[in-house]
Amino acid sequence: MLTVELSKLVTRTRTWVTIAVLAGLPCVVAVFLKVTGVGPRPGEGPAFLSQVLNNGTLYPAAALALILPVFLPVSVAVVAGDAVAGEAAVGTLRYLLIRPVGRARLLLAKLVTVTLFIFLAVVVVAVIGFLVGAALFGVRPVASVSGTSLGAQDVTFRLLVTVAYVAVSMLGVGAIALFSSVLTDSPLAAALGALAALVASQVLDLVDAAASVRPYLPTHYWLAFVDLFRTPVLWRNVDRGFAVQAVYIAAFLGGAWAYFSTKDINS
Amino acid sequence: MSGTTVIRTEGLTKQFGRMTVVDGLDLEVHEGDLFGFLGPNGSGKTTTVRMLLGLVFATAGRVELLGREMPAHASAVLPHVGALVEGPGFYPDRSGRRNLALIDAAGPAGPTGPAGPTGPAGRRGSRKDRRDRIEEALERVGLAAVGRRPVKGYSTGMRQRLGLAGALLRRPRLLVLDEPTNGLDPQGIREVRTLLVELAQAGTTVFVSSHLLAEVEAFCDRAAIVHRGRLVAQDRVESLLAPTGTMWVETPDVEMATAVVSGLDGPSVEGEDRPDGLRIWLDGMPPEELNARFVGSGVRVRELVRERLSLEEVFIRLTGETTRVDR
Repeated sequence: MLTVELSKLVTRTRTWVTIAVLAGLPCVVAVFLKVTGVGPRPGEGPAFLSQVLNNGTLYPAAALALILPVFLPVSVAVVAGDAVAGEAAVGTLRYLLIRPVGRARLLLAKLVTVTLFIFLAVVVVAVIGFLVGAALFGVRPVASVSGTSLGAQDVTFRLLVTVAYVAVSMLGVGAIALFSSVLTDSPLAAALGALAALVASQVLDLVDAAASVRPYLPTHYWLAFVDLFRTPVLWRNVDRGFAVQAVYIAAFLGGAWAYFSTKDINS
Repeated sequence: MSGTTVIRTEGLTKQFGRMTVVDGLDLEVHEGDLFGFLGPNGSGKTTTVRMLLGLVFATAGRVELLGREMPAHASAVLPHVGALVEGPGFYPDRSGRRNLALIDAAGPAGPTGPAGPTGPAGRRGSRKDRRDRIEEALERVGLAAVGRRPVKGYSTGMRQRLGLAGALLRRPRLLVLDEPTNGLDPQGIREVRTLLVELAQAGTTVFVSSHLLAEVEAFCDRAAIVHRGRLVAQDRVESLLAPTGTMWVETPDVEMATAVVSGLDGPSVEGEDRPDGLRIWLDGMPPEELNARFVGSGVRVRELVRERLSLEEVFIRLTGETTRVDR
């Protein structure tokens, strides 16, 4: 089942178009920065963009920060929302289940596929970000956000943790979308349901009156990876971000499994 | 045919909310049966099929497939079952072959136990085995020549055939087919019927749900009739279509024949006068007895037929309703 799911993922045009679009946006931004030389003032605009004008080394982190608020979660919600509901919509879900593929196995295979898609997307964006950054802005020793300079090995480590952190944040999105994917037979509804949850989370994050729930919102710590580029690394928010996502992932996957294993399949 | 029961349901019931869709259904399908599951649209056929296959969970009652409880033993039972549920389902952007390959590879390697009646269900096997299996299934449903074009370009009939190929892929012992001739042209319907009869002769048990009475009448040997989720009849098709007790006698000697009948104790002439023959209510007299009387009195008999109800009439008689509105 897993091989089948993976082959469906990699042979599907949508996968590669989505990844191309995700990687394309940071490239376009990089070109604009290069041509105009106008960066956001420090402390404003997307993270890292003010620094990259003179040094492309941190462009992978900047690229991830660019796609993180909207592009990346939308594509993850579409792919994960399609996972089960898409099969239901074209009528293949019932044939998979009577083949038979156990319901838990099916869900697990979908989860692995979604995870793979997320890592694929994040890694491709990071790598392309690095190549574009290096080509347009050059690679020099990096001064951290706090001002001290960082060694090459250190930077690489921090970038790898960034990739992992963004991927885990997106796994939270994937879990929510997978959950809504078992609720409905419409992939569109599933993706929109997950996005609605994320938008609600982002809105609440801005409302001071809702400050008490802020630390528990799935989107609250998304950009905490910026703290990875301070010296010393400020792990507090990153750790909390990992913990919050772990809870969301466990809760929504558990919910998806509980619901799907007893669901009447009428699609 | 051995008398082994392949499908058995006891008090099978399904409620969706407050609506009872299937109501205390007791079905019994024997090995080698070509079993027709008949009822108008909305009578609970598809829900029953889904419960048989473990897609929908019963509210009450039990299902046994191939002698084992469902859905508890789904992983052991379903590898021996091929099914078509409410139309075929395929990935529209991929070719028919690719679709079959994906569904083939998705499930378990296949039972390694004793061979089924139509040959071993087979392990997943080598690449060549898999390809052969797919080609064989396509061949059986008349799609061998289908090219690489995606399924979304297929006609309804081609999709239906591909769905059947999917059901046949694992050489099942039991085929559960929900409206298998939907969307097929008359030629296709004939081919599918022939195929199902062949499979049944080779020992496969075939369970066909249909709202078309003629279809069940044409090739099933046993049938169940459901109406509003309840079983109204379950028997051999021949018995369901039992003689009505009336006989049609075609003869040039209508007057003489009428005289013979009126001289008998019991039988009487029915219906309006016709120049070419007469309908006779037998009132329990054996047809051969009546024929002997005719011959003895010099009545020349051209044809003598016991009248039977069509399934359509049986259905109306049993349910008190026509199926027309639902169709």
